[in-house]
Amino acid sequence: MKYALFTGCVAKGAGRELLTATMKALAKLGIEAEEMKDAACCGAGVVQEDSHTMAAVLNARTYALAEERGQDIMNICTTCQGVHRQTQRELDDNPAFKALVNKELDATCGRRYEGKVKIRHFYEVLLQEFGIEKLKEKVVRPLTGVKVAPFYGCYAVRPPAEVSDCSDPDDPDELETLIRALGAEPVSYDERLKCCGFPVLMMNKDNSMKMSANAVAGAQKAGADAMVTPCPLCHLNMDAYQPEFGAVMDEEPHLPVLHFPQLVALALGVPGKELGLDKHIVRMEGTIASM
Amino acid sequence: MTATNVTFKVFRFDPEKDTEGRYQDYTLAVAPGETILNCVNRIKWEQDQTLAHRFSCGSAICGSCAMKINGHATLVCKTQAMDKVKDGVIRIDPIGNLKPLRDLVVDLTPFWKSFEKVEPWLAPDAHSAPEKERLQTPEQFAKIDNSTTCIMCAACFSDCNVLEVDKRYYGPATLAKAHRFIFDSRDARTEARLRKVTEETGVWDCTHCGECSTRCPTETKPLARINEIRQAAMKAGMHDTSGARHVLGFRETVGKRGLLDENYVPIRSVGFFNLAGLLSLAPVGLRMLARGKNPPFIPHSIEKAGEVRAIFAKREELNK
Repeated sequence: MKYALFTGCVAKGAGRELLTATMKALAKLGIEAEEMKDAACCGAGVVQEDSHTMAAVLNARTYALAEERGQDIMNICTTCQGVHRQTQRELDDNPAFKALVNKELDATCGRRYEGKVKIRHFYEVLLQEFGIEKLKEKVVRPLTGVKVAPFYGCYAVRPPAEVSDCSDPDDPDELETLIRALGAEPVSYDERLKCCGFPVLMMNKDNSMKMSANAVAGAQKAGADAMVTPCPLCHLNMDAYQPEFGAVMDEEPHLPVLHFPQLVALALGVPGKELGLDKHIVRMEGTIASM
Repeated sequence: MTATNVTFKVFRFDPEKDTEGRYQDYTLAVAPGETILNCVNRIKWEQDQTLAHRFSCGSAICGSCAMKINGHATLVCKTQAMDKVKDGVIRIDPIGNLKPLRDLVVDLTPFWKSFEKVEPWLAPDAHSAPEKERLQTPEQFAKIDNSTTCIMCAACFSDCNVLEVDKRYYGPATLAKAHRFIFDSRDARTEARLRKVTEETGVWDCTHCGECSTRCPTETKPLARINEIRQAAMKAGMHDTSGARHVLGFRETVGKRGLLDENYVPIRSVGFFNLAGLLSLAPVGLRMLARGKNPPFIPHSIEKAGEVRAIFAKREELNK
């Protein structure tokens, strides 16, 4: 089955290397995906603050577009995935709300959300549909000896009933399982489920910086060579602002923050220079840099 | 129905002897269905009378027994022990973001003090006092049904990611309490209340981490209430905050082209005429430009963006 790839705004903007790496990884895995060039921003929880109902109409339109093509949606951003799952669950669990949203969707776009489309993040597709054993078979360059600190992103786990599909949202091991399958070693640290602070970057930069710096400090102290996240917003806050963390960290920060598909593509044999690793503010050193 | 041996790793702190906390292990035979509160009580009653903890009703009504189980706050009277065993162990800590006084008992003063900011009492219009009582229709009450269920257990306060880095933040329970009066049909101070919680350290400082709603043992679900307050502030035209301008930035870019313009929104959020704010964006902007990581200067537009414009044009109607 071909997936409808929902890129989200960052993969078309400040994190274009995420889209590049995703397409390379999907090609290596033989997973077909077609970019949804007509899908709108998920709202990121912000359009929802303008109008909860309008944001639901906006997202129901995206689901209707995928349904019209007979495709399931693949997200590459944890925030998009969480917002989509939250919206879809509300539509599916509340028939009156679904009817209201469909009425608006029909009036504005002449479309209708039926409730058939499945929505998953890239990493969930690998785990739940592609399969971990098949992924291991595709690994041609195991990331042996590389210590990777997974950073989930809030929308992957909280509030669990609304957004999460993890087996245990309070103590998930989905990313750890995938990191192991790629041959790398997952690093355990206290901040892996915390908020990176990106949503308040424009409202309270001090708080935002402290949250990201705490996460980077935790991963760095645990001996990680790199962090990896399925959320490009977490990536942006922890990578692009990392040179400013020195003021709130005990030690000098230097921890590359990879997009999850970049890590996958590396293990699948895609050369590092094709994955936009050089676009990151904090660059890789050591094993991965030489790939 | 056989009991299982479980090790409880319990945080201990004696202010007269300890400079910092330590863990003490207790082993109990736990029966299926037994609550963690029952286990903690048994540890105290059967093994170690020096252990201090708070509890009262045992029925998830009084809000006294919030503790961190394996790192996450919960009411231990409504949590079954066997659901939380990891490799034979349950770790118990006092709730977070508050100072431990002794063992599992914390100083709740900052939590109680935070409610003072939102004047948590009804302020009806004194000039329109009815002869008997102020009535509410079921529809009017429905708006505050969730926020009135708060039992002030402080589980949300404990795990709030913003409070971890900023003690000045109102906190989720306090904002939910503000919601309870902002949306009360009998209250006459709606606008002043809204203005107060949209100021610095209020609703716009919430980072959407979802911890509060995850830990909340009632239907209060603070994150959803915070979102409702934000929507009310937007609707009331209270747009003179970076948080509100951020929302407007989304409206003006997503609503036009379907995608966010990452160059425009930060500038819109800090304010077009806020020179210091604009300058603060420069370092990261230059760093990203140097790596070719800057968002495209000509913003992308999705195909069929007209449909999105139509959805946004209907917003006013939907907002009613």
